[in-house]
Amino acid sequence: MSGSTDWWTLAVIVGLAGVTVLTRCFFFILDRPWGLPDWAHRALHYAPIAALAGVVIPEIVMTSGHLVPNLHDARIYAAVAGAAYYFWKRGVLGTMLVGMAVYLPLHLRLAW
Amino acid sequence: MFFLSSIRREPMFKEGVRNMAPVAMGIGAWGLMTGVAMVKSGMSVIEAVAMTLLVYAGSSQLAAIPLLVAGAPFWVVLATGFCVNLRFVVFSLHLRPYLMYMPRWRRMTHGYLTADMSYAMFTSHYPEPASTDEQRRAQEAYLTGGYCVTWVSWMGMSLIGIALGNLIPQSWGLGFAGVLSLVGILCSMATSRLRVLAALIAGATAVAAYALPLKLNIVVAIGVAVLLCFWIEKGFVPNPAAEDDV
Repeated sequence: MSGSTDWWTLAVIVGLAGVTVLTRCFFFILDRPWGLPDWAHRALHYAPIAALAGVVIPEIVMTSGHLVPNLHDARIYAAVAGAAYYFWKRGVLGTMLVGMAVYLPLHLRLAW
Repeated sequence: MFFLSSIRREPMFKEGVRNMAPVAMGIGAWGLMTGVAMVKSGMSVIEAVAMTLLVYAGSSQLAAIPLLVAGAPFWVVLATGFCVNLRFVVFSLHLRPYLMYMPRWRRMTHGYLTADMSYAMFTSHYPEPASTDEQRRAQEAYLTGGYCVTWVSWMGMSLIGIALGNLIPQSWGLGFAGVLSLVGILCSMATSRLRVLAALIAGATAVAAYALPLKLNIVVAIGVAVLLCFWIEKGFVPNPAAEDDV
């Protein structure tokens, strides 16, 4: 037990749970049918991959708000190895395992 | 909705479980690190458990932790969570035609439990919403099977992470397994040249706009990538629907 429980924090947590429900259900909370323009349907083909790339790529190439200054970073090699594995064998678990097999030695031994 | 045995009995429930199972380890590792991070940043065990069980959204949890610890105002924490979660708004628009035939409580329960992986797997397995009752039952069962695995592995490993607390050093970098799982999912979505381009534009934009507050760089990245790809598609690709299914 490191911290103490307070009601304000619990209230924020309940609020965040509300945010999860609101965002995950956003367009199907109301019964009223919405007509969607065609361009929005097309946009949906790109939005999911754009969102994932927007989350994932900074996690790989950035350190405390800046691009990694050189290639001494285990995350880059791990991600490249993982992606290469994916396009070779098509498995998400394998992608993770191959990536970690590259990441852990570089990270723990060389502190990259 | 895995508490309803009528859904669990559908054969597509098992199919959803099977398809999601390979991702479970990555989600579990990510949950483990989130659990450890919550306790180590000074939240109490009760707060960390409440956050795990209720919020059920790793990225907004991780973004909220430093704000909670710093005592940021209520609305700032919630606004940050909303921005980090904006991708779900996009997902919900996509999921609407699949779920609208259900009563509100039922579709909102499904919505609440459907996170990134479940959404991605469900919509790539079923590119079109069901049109018959039989198809509807199958789709609901497949979706439920998928998020059942996600929920159990996330919750189980997060709670273990909270319990282990300070025993696992952050320096091992096990949280990176979650990022690597997302790399795999990202590759699996790269089914056309325009989608690869969307990923590259979004990644570059998210890096360039990293200094924006509230994780808004991700929102900007989505906007820029979608608009640019849409513009390229209109101007240079005669048949975008065919390009899609390469």
